[in-house]
Amino acid sequence: MTVDVALREPPKVSGGEAEHGHLEELRHDPIGLMRRTRAECGDVGEFRLAQRDVVLLTGAGANELFFRAPEEVLDQAEAYPFMTPIFGQGVVFDAPPERRREMLHNQALRDKFMRGHAATIAHEVETMVGGWGDAGTIDLLDWFAELTIYTSSACLIGRKFRGELDGRFAALYHDLEKGTDAIAYVDPYAPIDSFRRRDEARVGLVALVQAVMDRRQAEPAPGDEDRDLLDVLMSIREEDGSLRFSTDTVTGMFISMMFAGHHTTSGTAAWTLIELLRHPAELAAVRAELDELAAGGEEVSYQALREMPRLESAIKEALRLHPPLILVLRVAKEDIEVGGYRIAAGKFVGASPAVSNRIPEDFPEPDAFVPERYLEPRAEDRANPWTWIPFGAGRHRCVGAPFAMMQLKAIFSVLLRHWDFELAQPADSYRNDHSKMVVQLAQPCAAHYRRR
Amino acid sequence: MRVLVDRDLCQGHGVCESEAPAVFAVNKGGVLEVLDESPPESERAGVEAAVSFCPTHALRIQED
Repeated sequence: MTVDVALREPPKVSGGEAEHGHLEELRHDPIGLMRRTRAECGDVGEFRLAQRDVVLLTGAGANELFFRAPEEVLDQAEAYPFMTPIFGQGVVFDAPPERRREMLHNQALRDKFMRGHAATIAHEVETMVGGWGDAGTIDLLDWFAELTIYTSSACLIGRKFRGELDGRFAALYHDLEKGTDAIAYVDPYAPIDSFRRRDEARVGLVALVQAVMDRRQAEPAPGDEDRDLLDVLMSIREEDGSLRFSTDTVTGMFISMMFAGHHTTSGTAAWTLIELLRHPAELAAVRAELDELAAGGEEVSYQALREMPRLESAIKEALRLHPPLILVLRVAKEDIEVGGYRIAAGKFVGASPAVSNRIPEDFPEPDAFVPERYLEPRAEDRANPWTWIPFGAGRHRCVGAPFAMMQLKAIFSVLLRHWDFELAQPADSYRNDHSKMVVQLAQPCAAHYRRR
Repeated sequence: MRVLVDRDLCQGHGVCESEAPAVFAVNKGGVLEVLDESPPESERAGVEAAVSFCPTHALRIQED
């Protein structure tokens, strides 16, 4: 792209005089920083993250440019240095759209596999509530994080592998997610506690996968019917008969396959439940919808899940208000022009679901939980494809979005049909912890359950 | 009717293929092929379901 050099540079947001610019503010109040950027600068504004300028784009026009840009213009690969120590060297964070299409095709995310996944997820929820007794209290972060380790491993890797996991895998995985401090933009291996725990957790996960592989090596090779992804990876050999993929690489592949769908789905499940409990009339509407399907003798099946507009709207509204990713980043590979401004090659360019999802012109009562906004004729998600962006948009839209929606509907179909819930803390005490790039519910975040 | 695909949005999920297999097919590389760009009225219900359930909203129907 040829860009007129006379174009203005993007305006800069206030603050950021410290050595690493706005890094400290990003580590403490990222949404406040990004809202201020929009308030002071408009659709195109700049803050500073360590040695790089970040041009933050918000609003439909700027977002459309961001999400339609090909990788040759806006590249993801360099934008997330905090992921490399988690996945391991050689496991890519992102792939171009063509490769993503192939991955989607191969990764059990296609529509024809969803029917089986719906049953698998319902089974995992029932297994976890099987130990609940008649009443008790759960920590929403821990409980949904463990559940989604089991569902994603069962659906993406295989039920056999899932059967070889327990709470230890979930706990270690959680330490990985907590090792995403934005200090990684200065040094991904900085000597801080969360990075040390991240590296120990990865070693622990490799050891758990190694134990599974050792057990399988000692057993006779499974028939085609019983093979899961790990068996397939272990069947690929070098000419001398040794395994092509090391345990470290296999673990890195599994971590990366599960990463996109783990904290995101777990957090959205928790927030959907919290918001429904804060809004009893909405909960009653969702309950009525589920009870009607149950009365018709419907199992939790893929077809049934498609006919739940009230539950689906509640999930979409939880996603809009509490998007699991609050900032998505790219690196400009060439100079580009946005809204009369020049973005120089080498700068970071960001889009913010947390900010764009609450633009009042697109979403009336932007801070209120209003699931009705997704029902016809308002259909505010479809009406605002470049600002309703909890899953991103365009060519980089989350390929797991249909799987995630199906999973969330399956989880609540089981939970709300058989259990009553109650907030165990003041309703306004639930909030997200934004101290890491991977956003998680802040603890304590307890809820009571009781059999219906 | 005519079936229109926004190639910038399509990711090859294959929902359309499940809804109207005579009209849509997703090949091995994950690329959508429209088998019949002007499907007969008998396919309307399936094509409309494909349009409304497409996870990326990449499909449209243009009436003749």
